[in-house]
Amino acid sequence: MLSRPGLPSFDYVRAGSHDEVVRLLVTGGPDVRLLMGGTDLLVRMRDGVVRARTLVDVKHLPGMRTIAYDSAAGLTVGAAVTMNQLASNADVRAHYAILAEAASAVASYQVRNRATLGGNLCNASPAADTAPAVMVLGGRLVLCGPEGEREVPIDEFFLGPGKSARQANEFLTAVRLPPPRQGARGTYLKLGRNREGDLAVVGVGVLGSPSSEVPPGYAFSIALASVAPVPLRATAAERLLAGQKPGGAAFAAAAQLAAQEARPIDDVRSGVAYRRAMVESLTRRGLETVWRGLSAASSGRGR
Amino acid sequence: MATHSITLTVNGAKEQVDVASNWTLLQLLRDRLALTGTKNGCSAGECGACTVLLNGEPVNSCLVLAVEADGANVVTVEGLAHDGQLDPLQQAFIDEGAVQCGFCTPGMLLSARALLTRNPHPSEREIRQALVGNLCRCTGYARIVRAVQKAAG
Repeated sequence: MLSRPGLPSFDYVRAGSHDEVVRLLVTGGPDVRLLMGGTDLLVRMRDGVVRARTLVDVKHLPGMRTIAYDSAAGLTVGAAVTMNQLASNADVRAHYAILAEAASAVASYQVRNRATLGGNLCNASPAADTAPAVMVLGGRLVLCGPEGEREVPIDEFFLGPGKSARQANEFLTAVRLPPPRQGARGTYLKLGRNREGDLAVVGVGVLGSPSSEVPPGYAFSIALASVAPVPLRATAAERLLAGQKPGGAAFAAAAQLAAQEARPIDDVRSGVAYRRAMVESLTRRGLETVWRGLSAASSGRGR
Repeated sequence: MATHSITLTVNGAKEQVDVASNWTLLQLLRDRLALTGTKNGCSAGECGACTVLLNGEPVNSCLVLAVEADGANVVTVEGLAHDGQLDPLQQAFIDEGAVQCGFCTPGMLLSARALLTRNPHPSEREIRQALVGNLCRCTGYARIVRAVQKAAG
């Protein structure tokens, strides 16, 4: 007897070149879907939510599963790099710790062995755990299409639930992060219905670093998951922090602004009021955590 | 629908099989190779009953296409015992009473085996984190965690 329920019929193609992928996307239209980790796609196909005649496996293309770090150029993460690869990579942990932390927050260890950074971003779920991290780190997405490559800043990538700036004839090949900000500290705080393994009810990414460009001497970036149609930068909160001395009062005010910027909905995981309250709470906690790290580093340098 | 001729190593034995594009690794193991120790629970990557080791790392075999396992090394619960000797984890599950209905056990064992391979002396928290993707609905996690601790020595 066949294990139930099986997957609907489709053809599997292991892509041999970037050109082949683009050609299949152009000629196949919506009948063609890209396969990376499959942890979302195969579930949705089994449920009949997504239909496809052809799955194009792009994870074996050159560069798709490699992580390259250069102190001058920054980090390039192939789109098919898995969450566990990110979480355990020495360069990512040393220079972009918030990304490793966010990758470890996704689902379970087994899922993280298959789920990819590119898949997490291209699904364009508002709850994508890696989105806030890539946002506060200033990531850019490399898309390959008929005209060649183009880069899209992540702040312009998410257009709505399941909708992104990726065109139907394009595929994501890599995520690029600029060189790490000197002395940066970051954290990703995730609240789920369980302590681990669940989708985010609220996710908050906070990155702070010494900066001579803003009067307080420290710049903060904040991004929110699962509280709007898209992963969201808390820009009003960031602006407030750019003009105030870091500390409890500024963090509390910024957290309140972040809660106002959130546009949550009621759904199976949580309600509007609770999500808003948790944005405030987690943003304040994130800022305080990051600030403790920044303060310790600064006193460690003898200042 | 296309079929693919793949070769893979399952529990140390080379296998060459033709699989349809839409077959999962779980279907290949259970329905073609008759390795029914691996269970089909939720078919959605939530319960972990279908966990096997793919090139040494635990994955949900319901979310891996059989064709994706071409060239891979797969270990299922049937491959844990060697020379008639249970894996120390299997013995610890028996000794600690960590098996009740047994449906989650094969997946639990493979997740735990992978944990002990990468981290031979995990803390209780590390054990629980490693088993987040393996749901048990009857034995209870306390005995399972204790069994993993016992196997770790």
